[in-house]
Amino acid sequence: MGEQTAPDETGPKQISMVEYLKLGDEPHLVANVCEACGASYFDRRNACAACGAREFSTERLANTGEVRTFTIVHRAARGVPAPYISAVVDLDGGGRVKSNIINIEPNPANVTLGMRVRLATYVTATDDDGNEAVAFGYEPAAA
Amino acid sequence: MSNQDPVWILGTSMTKFGRYADKDLIDLAAEASLGALDDGGVAMGEMDILAAGCLYEANGGVGQRLQKQLGQTGIPVYNVANACATGATAVRTVMMAIKAGEAQMGLAVGVEQMGKMGMLGADRAARSDKQVFERKGRFGSVVGVEGRLGTNMMPGVFAQAGMEYAYENDGVGFEQFAKVAQKNHEHSTLNPLAQYRKAFTLDEVMSSEVIAYPNTLLMCCPTGDGSAAVVLVSDEKLKTLPREQQRRAVKVSASVLTSDPWTEGCQVQPDVNTLTRNAADAAYEVSGVDPADLDLVELHDCFATAELRHYDNLRLCEPGGAGEWIDKGGPWRDGEIPVNVSGGLLSKGHPIGATGVANLFEVATHLRGEAGDRQVPDAKVGLAHVIGLGSSCGVHILERSGL
Repeated sequence: MGEQTAPDETGPKQISMVEYLKLGDEPHLVANVCEACGASYFDRRNACAACGAREFSTERLANTGEVRTFTIVHRAARGVPAPYISAVVDLDGGGRVKSNIINIEPNPANVTLGMRVRLATYVTATDDDGNEAVAFGYEPAAA
Repeated sequence: MSNQDPVWILGTSMTKFGRYADKDLIDLAAEASLGALDDGGVAMGEMDILAAGCLYEANGGVGQRLQKQLGQTGIPVYNVANACATGATAVRTVMMAIKAGEAQMGLAVGVEQMGKMGMLGADRAARSDKQVFERKGRFGSVVGVEGRLGTNMMPGVFAQAGMEYAYENDGVGFEQFAKVAQKNHEHSTLNPLAQYRKAFTLDEVMSSEVIAYPNTLLMCCPTGDGSAAVVLVSDEKLKTLPREQQRRAVKVSASVLTSDPWTEGCQVQPDVNTLTRNAADAAYEVSGVDPADLDLVELHDCFATAELRHYDNLRLCEPGGAGEWIDKGGPWRDGEIPVNVSGGLLSKGHPIGATGVANLFEVATHLRGEAGDRQVPDAKVGLAHVIGLGSSCGVHILERSGL
């Protein structure tokens, strides 16, 4: 499902690490949005958890927003580099997403509640065929 | 028996929380169960129902194995698992059977043996990366999301819950969260049943190892072993028992269980607030108790950041005023409403299945005036709260008999 951009037809590809991240010229997130009440979900739902309706459409979410809450994880799961900043971001125009705050030193002095951020992508892993998994995070943006 | 009649705690007991390499789960559950039966002055043969709460061995037939130690009387057994609300759910299972008229007396026990797992919910193994990327799971992920797309491990999730409160309200920060841990560790020094009984200064709390900012090591609850039990009795049956048993009986004025209703952010970050507020409000309404009436509260301080939010969720402080409330000492044992005089999960410990029963033990023991060094003077009414991520919340309001 997720778009893949390939240098050629047969060589290694880039693949988004989760299906709701769409790559391409301007990487962005998409959500399954309830057609009745507008509640949004990153995974598939049989019926809307907010209102019970069963029709969903796929909608693009904004790349900018503000930090609603964060933590700086020092004791991380095995294999995960630490410390890192985990945050919940309120996206402009609606939707809430959890990811890392990136391209900034993980120090409480550098993160403020309500801070403006924008989506950024990076390669997070490579498989044995040389395919690259692309992750997203949020980096500080000018207010 | 009308289902409007109250149900009573006739007997209750708990093991000391800690680590028991020399005992198994069933030994712990049997010790708490026999303690509760003896405390209530009743025998296993008088129980009409048994509910056993245990999370990690939820499919292990804990209730039936326990009967082999207590008495195989053929009564219905319910094995219950409901995240950190497992113990409270076991209690409610017995209560519902009594309310439904199917039982007059029943035993609810919560137990867990976690061993030395480190602090709650931290340091689990990450999903291993695939050799060749292939989309899997509900998010179509090709690599593990933990640590890449934020954290879903408990210290971080509850840190974020606390920082969200700081985002919404003034006067809340690292220091206010740390004061919660300072208080609960201090309280635990008076509780012989606590896993840890050591006081720390605020500076020691704030400068201990950071686990998930703002939660430091001393702001995270430990894992451990333990069990707690209650014997519940119908109002009708209690009236037939000797006066001393009636005097020591503790009234369950409200027993509420909620799950998390849909809220805007709860799809990406568990909402531990709405269901707690819903449960508390329902419990206050059912019991006719006002938050200002409470003489003590045992609430679910799995992390210090969580406790601060729950002051507000349980209406113990002014809306938005949890930071100010701890700054002025409101939840200390000599404060406005003592919170977690047992030491709380942070220091008393959190053997998951036992927790929701142990906090009923704690409140009931104070209401009976039997809490020894840690007794809250003249306690008449108290509240016990647990929450499990996912989410599930139990709130009980207890009152002393008045005899």
